Amino acid sequence: MSSESSPKAKEWDVVIAPRVKAVDLDLRSVWRYRDLIWMFFKRDFITFYKQTILGPLWYLIQPTLTALTYFVIFGKIANISTDGLPPFVFYMSGIVLWTYFAACLTNNAEVFSKNAQLFGKVYFPRLVVPISVVMSGMVAFAIQFALLLVVTIGFLLAGTELRLLWMALPLVLLLVLYVACLGIGVGLVVSALTVRFRDLAFATGFVTQLWMFASPVVYPYSQIPEKYRVFFHFNPMTAPIESLRALMFGTDGISISIWLSNIIITLVLLILGLVLFTRAESNAMDTV
Amino acid sequence: MASDVVIRAQQISKHYRLGVINHGTLYRDLQSWWAKARGNPDPNAALGGAWSHSHSRVEGDLFRALEDVSFEVRRGEILGVIGGNGAGKSTLLKVLSRITAPTGGWIGLSGRVASLLEVGTGFHPELTGRENVYLNGAILGMSRREISQKFDEIVDFAEISQFIDTPVKRYSSGMYVRLAFSVAAHLESEILLVDEVLAVGDISFQRKCLGKMEDIGSSGRTILFVSHNMAAVENLCSKALVLTDGRVDFHGEVKEGIQHYHAYFGESEGINLANAARTGDGRARIADVWFSDTEGNRLPILKSGQGVQLHICVDPLAENCRNLILAAGVTTLRGEGVLHLSTETGGLVVQHFDARRVFTCTLPRLTLRGGYYSMNLFLSSNGVVADWLQDAFRFQVEDADFYGTGKLPPEGYSTFLADFSWAVAKE
Repeated sequence: MSSESSPKAKEWDVVIAPRVKAVDLDLRSVWRYRDLIWMFFKRDFITFYKQTILGPLWYLIQPTLTALTYFVIFGKIANISTDGLPPFVFYMSGIVLWTYFAACLTNNAEVFSKNAQLFGKVYFPRLVVPISVVMSGMVAFAIQFALLLVVTIGFLLAGTELRLLWMALPLVLLLVLYVACLGIGVGLVVSALTVRFRDLAFATGFVTQLWMFASPVVYPYSQIPEKYRVFFHFNPMTAPIESLRALMFGTDGISISIWLSNIIITLVLLILGLVLFTRAESNAMDTV
Repeated sequence: MASDVVIRAQQISKHYRLGVINHGTLYRDLQSWWAKARGNPDPNAALGGAWSHSHSRVEGDLFRALEDVSFEVRRGEILGVIGGNGAGKSTLLKVLSRITAPTGGWIGLSGRVASLLEVGTGFHPELTGRENVYLNGAILGMSRREISQKFDEIVDFAEISQFIDTPVKRYSSGMYVRLAFSVAAHLESEILLVDEVLAVGDISFQRKCLGKMEDIGSSGRTILFVSHNMAAVENLCSKALVLTDGRVDFHGEVKEGIQHYHAYFGESEGINLANAARTGDGRARIADVWFSDTEGNRLPILKSGQGVQLHICVDPLAENCRNLILAAGVTTLRGEGVLHLSTETGGLVVQHFDARRVFTCTLPRLTLRGGYYSMNLFLSSNGVVADWLQDAFRFQVEDADFYGTGKLPPEGYSTFLADFSWAVAKE
């Protein structure tokens, strides 16, 4: 028996060794497990149906009631401008996109703790789970977005002064992809950190709530005084929410400089999330 | 030659950090960091002292679960991995199945690896049997097409065809395990890692699983089989790897490996009374105790239905040792009495003795079920307690085919096996 000190990669299909590379994104094996992504997606969907009485109706109730609440508090009581849109449509468009982001973030942040049992027993590329989480979220988003369209059409039929730009709707998909990337990025950063610092798990929900009020969900960017606008460069949820309304209803939208800095921040967070996640995954099961 | 080797482990080590990882909160980490920054001792460091150096595998806050483990497995070999509790068997399997990364060394694997670390992982109670087969198969690395091709075979093997569209939460535990094992067993992989799956299910299904594994082995696939069940290891495996304290103790033919394991087990993990708490006036003392089969061969683990002898060695330490009563009480680990074997009830009278005696209690057919038990030993002379050892040692009993029917009472319905027979007649 020869005693080699290092493995020759060609001889073996799989080499197991201590992790040395900073980034080891094995996208090929993720692709090999694409059927598993689909099965997880299906499982989440089916179990959601079977376990709740109202089932997918929740997807409709939640944004409707939230939009109504904001309509009363921020629209009627605080009297915040809605960029010339009917307040209900304005709030709902923000809520729909924000809900998707929050779901991606909080569900990905719990990847290790929720799947500890599974991760401790079987190997598969762990990235499969965040990807299926983002896909499951898209179903809810699609349903809620359809509701938004129905509400908008309702307003149009009622004769409200409102434009709906049909042609721009396919572009909404790009916004969703952007939000998915951001949600994965932030979620994975948090998930990798919660492996080491359990208390972060408690902070996630609370910080997400605060983050929403720092984003133009209940108020339009146009209402922000000039001197504070610079801060919105650093909030990567500014551009997608404002752009959703611009694409659909032709509001003013957002400057290129905010878009650029938002995209850069999202890319940095996504890469950081993937790096931390792949580093955490190989040893996470020793601590969880 | 080299192409024939499908698994090569080269100086694998796996170390766990004790204490440090258990901070778990940001606050404590900051506290440790702040103390270090000011040159103070870390308030959260594990307390050192005698304990941390008493064990060769613990060094500072490092625990060496595996150290310098090297071995090769050739195509078609069935390697049994054996060793006492905590010897590193499970850690080795976890490293091999990529659940956790090794600290040092490397492993090369040729071909797809499937692990049966615990069957039914990822089964969702709300999903039907059919949906779970697809989900579980995908978790184990099968593609949807592969599962569809094998679906009928899987369901037939599990013997649950009529319930396949029922949510698995309505399954009995036996059905659940059968389905889960069946999925894993039909995964086409060159290397199969198996950990104690046979501890579940009834005996006839266990036999079927063993048969299936033999088929897998003879079809040129390689199996790593971790088990406490020496009979299964001996039947199935061609080679054995014995782990002791995280190191390879023996690697070679299975028969020698099992002998090696028994020798080691008998020597250092055998029954040791040195640390047992004793009460009594000490005029006589229980010096040694061991189990054997009816031919006198020592047994580390007992089997239901087996002929077993308990040998107790007693030394007189004072002159007037008269009217001796010796009793061995078997209890569950929670202390519930199961058996009481006393010379008094057994009708053995020892009027007087002045030198070491070995008392032997013979149980022609062990009626205990599989599990762990505790033993109390009691010795009195002239009605005075001479030596009393509570929870003197613990021992393991394995379930076996007690009735010769391949079946045992379901789990939880009987703690004890009785000889019985049934008959039916017209009134």
